[in-house]
Amino acid sequence: MIYVVIVFLWTSILLYILLGGADFGAGIIELFTSKGNRSKTRKTMYDAIGPIWEANHMWLIIAIVILFVGFPKIYTTVSIYLHIPLVCMLLGIIARGTAFVFRNYDAVKDDMQKLYTPIFVYSSLITPFFLGIIAASSVSGQIDVQAKDFLSAYVFSWLNWFSVSVGIFTVSICGFLATIFIIGQAANDDDRNFFVRKARRTIYTVMFCGALVFVAAYQENIPLANWIFGDTLGLIAIIAASISLVIMFFLLQRKKPRFLRVLAGFQVTMILFAATYSHFPDIVLLKNGTNLSLLIHQGQAKAIDTLGYALLIGSIFILPALVYLIYIFQQKKKLPETQ
Amino acid sequence: MDDFLAARLQMAFSLGFHIVFACIGMVMPFFMSVAHFYWLKTKKVVYKDVTKAWSKGVAIFFATGAVSGTVLSFELGLLWPTFMEHAGPIFGMPFSLEGTAFFIEAIALGFYLYGWDKLNKWFHWFTGVVVGISGLLSGILVVAANAWMNSPAGFDFVDGKYINIDPIKAMFNEAWFSQALHMSVAAFVSTGFAVAGVHAVMILRGKNVLFHSKAFKIAAVFGTVAACLQPISGDISAKDVAHRQPAKLAAMEAHFHTERNAPLIIGGIPDTANKKVDYAIKIPGLLSFMTTGDFNGEVKGLDVIPKEDHPPVAVTHYAFQVMVGLGVAMVLIALLYFLALYKKKQWLKSRWLLKLFVIATPMGFIALEAGWTVTEVGRQPWIINGVMRTSDAVTPMPGIAYSFYLFTAVYISLAIIVSLLLYRQITMVGKLYDSTSKLPKN
Repeated sequence: MIYVVIVFLWTSILLYILLGGADFGAGIIELFTSKGNRSKTRKTMYDAIGPIWEANHMWLIIAIVILFVGFPKIYTTVSIYLHIPLVCMLLGIIARGTAFVFRNYDAVKDDMQKLYTPIFVYSSLITPFFLGIIAASSVSGQIDVQAKDFLSAYVFSWLNWFSVSVGIFTVSICGFLATIFIIGQAANDDDRNFFVRKARRTIYTVMFCGALVFVAAYQENIPLANWIFGDTLGLIAIIAASISLVIMFFLLQRKKPRFLRVLAGFQVTMILFAATYSHFPDIVLLKNGTNLSLLIHQGQAKAIDTLGYALLIGSIFILPALVYLIYIFQQKKKLPETQ
Repeated sequence: MDDFLAARLQMAFSLGFHIVFACIGMVMPFFMSVAHFYWLKTKKVVYKDVTKAWSKGVAIFFATGAVSGTVLSFELGLLWPTFMEHAGPIFGMPFSLEGTAFFIEAIALGFYLYGWDKLNKWFHWFTGVVVGISGLLSGILVVAANAWMNSPAGFDFVDGKYINIDPIKAMFNEAWFSQALHMSVAAFVSTGFAVAGVHAVMILRGKNVLFHSKAFKIAAVFGTVAACLQPISGDISAKDVAHRQPAKLAAMEAHFHTERNAPLIIGGIPDTANKKVDYAIKIPGLLSFMTTGDFNGEVKGLDVIPKEDHPPVAVTHYAFQVMVGLGVAMVLIALLYFLALYKKKQWLKSRWLLKLFVIATPMGFIALEAGWTVTEVGRQPWIINGVMRTSDAVTPMPGIAYSFYLFTAVYISLAIIVSLLLYRQITMVGKLYDSTSKLPKN
C-alpha cells in the first residue's frame, strides 16, 4: 500500500505543477505581456482556466494531507525548517486565489480592478517561485537540524543559489505551460500567431533557466548532474524531454494545439521524474548527511493502509468528474480552430 | 509577545476567519439550489435571478474559504509540528476524506458556475446540490478531526509513544457526532440569519422588493428551522462534554465546586481567586438535570481537576453565555416568524418583524465564534485532551509574533475586501440580477 500512497503523492505534485502551473502561468504571462495585448491574453486565459480554477488548487491540499498522514516526520521537518518560504508561498496562494475571484466576480468593474490585477499577477509570480524554492531546499542538503542559531536553522536552509534558481526555473515552467495551453484557446489566427511567438520566447526562457539550475547546483556542490545523468532512467527521461521540446519547437506553427499540450505535459512530467527518481525514496536530504526517506519514515502500517484506501476510493469519485469537467468546457473552444 | 501566545493567536485568527467563510460556503449552495429548483419548477424569473445572484456569493465565499483552508492545512505544521508529527497519522483519516469531499465540491462548483445554458438543466441543478452536500460533508469531516482532539481515540499512548494506531476508530471518536451535529446546525442558523438579515435590509429600503422577499423567505426558513433544532443538539453536546471533559463543562458554567443539585449559572462574573461567581442568576438543580438527567445528579467542579489542568474559566464562561444567549434570541425570533407564517399573516408585511431579522444578522456568526471559543479554549491546556499539552506542541522557530501580525493584517484586509464586494453585489442587484424590476410598468 505504501507504493500506492507514494504514487498518489507524486501524481498530485505533478498535477499541481501541470494544472496549477498553467494557472500560475496565466498570471505570469499577463505580467510579461505588453499593455496592448494584455486584455486579450487575460480574457482568453480566463475562459480557459475559469471552470477548473478551484479544482487545480486541490492537488496541493491532497499532497499536504498525504504528507502529514503518511509521512508525518517529513511533513514536520519541512514545516519547521522551511517555515519562512512556506509562509511566503501561502501569502501568495491567499492573494492569488482571492484576487482572481474578486477580479472576476466584483459586481462593479472600476478602480478596484487596478488593485486586484497587480495582486493577481505578482502573486502568480511569487507563489511558484517559493514553491520551487521549497522543493529545491528539501533536496539541497542545506536543512540543518542541529543548527542552533536562527540564520542557519531557518534562513540558510533555503536561501542559497540552487534553491533560488529552481524557484526561477519553476516560474519559467509555469509560464511555458500557460503559453502552450493558451495557443489552443486562441479565438483567431492573429491571436494564435501572437501566442505562438510568445511560446517560442518562453521556450528559450525555460532552457536558459534550466541551464541556470545546473550552474547553481555546481556552485553549491549539489550532485544534480550525477542524479540526472548518472542514472539510466533519469537520463532517458531528460533525453525524451529534450527531443520532444525540439519537436514542439517545429510544430508550434502547425495547428495542433492539443498535441502541443500533450508534449508540454510530457516534458514537465519527465523533468519531475528525472529530478525525483534518482534520489528516491529519499525526499528530504539533511545537512548532516542523513536523509528522510519515504519508505523508512512512513507512518504506522494501519495509517498508511487506510490512507491508501481513502485515496483510491476518493479517486473513483474525483477523476471521472474532473475529466468530464475539463472535457465539457473544452468542447466549445475547439470549434474555431477547425475552421 | 511570546512565541507560544503568538502561535495560539495566529491559529485562533486563522480558524476564526476560515470558519465564517467555510460555513457560508457550505450552506449558501443549499439556498441557491432551492431557489434554482423553484425557477425550474415555476418558471418565475425572479427565482432564476436570486439563484444567479447567490451563486456569485457562493463563488466569492468558496474561494475565500478554500484559500484560508489551504493556509490552515499548512499552519497545523508550521505552528504545531510536534502535535502533527504524532496526531497526523491518527486523525488524518477525516482529513483525507475531507480532501475528496472538498475536491468534489470544487469540481461541482466549476460545473455549476460555468454550466448555465451549457448543461442539461436538471444536471446543472444537480451539480449545485452536489456543491452543498459535499461542502456539508467536508465540514462534518473537519469537525470530526477536531472532535478527536477533544476525545482522543484510536491509539494507545504508552511511554510517550503513540502505538496501535486505528484511524477509523479515531475518526468515529466519542465526540464526533455531537460536535458535527452542533456545528452543522450552527452553520445553517448563522448563514440563514445573516442572509435573511441582509435581504431584510433591502426590503425595508424598498429596493427590488419582490427579489429580496423571495430571497429572504428561503434564507429565513432555513435559519429559523435550524435555530429551533439547535437547542436539541446543544443539549446532546452538553451531556457529552459533561461526560468526557468535565473540566471544560466546569469552565463553561464557572462551576467551581463538585456538588449534587448543581444550579445552572446564567451570566455573572467568575471570580477564580475566590472560586465563586458574582451577580449571576442561579437556577437550582438545573445543571445537574441537564447534564445527568437527574436534579440530584453530581456535577464535577473545577476542584476535582488539578490546578495546572484548569482551562481559562472567564473566557470559556463568557463565550458560552454569549453563545447560549444569542441562540435563545434566535429561537424567539424563529418562533415569532413561524407564528407569522401560519397564524398571523399580517405580521409578515410588518416592518418590525423584518427589523428583528436585521438586528439578528450578525447574531448567528457571533454565536458561532463564541461556541468555537468554548470548544477550543475550554480544552486548554491540552491540544490533545489529556495526552499532549498545547505548550509542548508549538514550533521551535522564534519570531512567530511577526508571522501573527502578517497573517492578521492579511485576514483583516481580506475581510474588508469581501465585505466591500458583497456590499457591491447587493447594491447592484437591481442592475445585474433583478430582471423583474426592469419590466416596463403598464
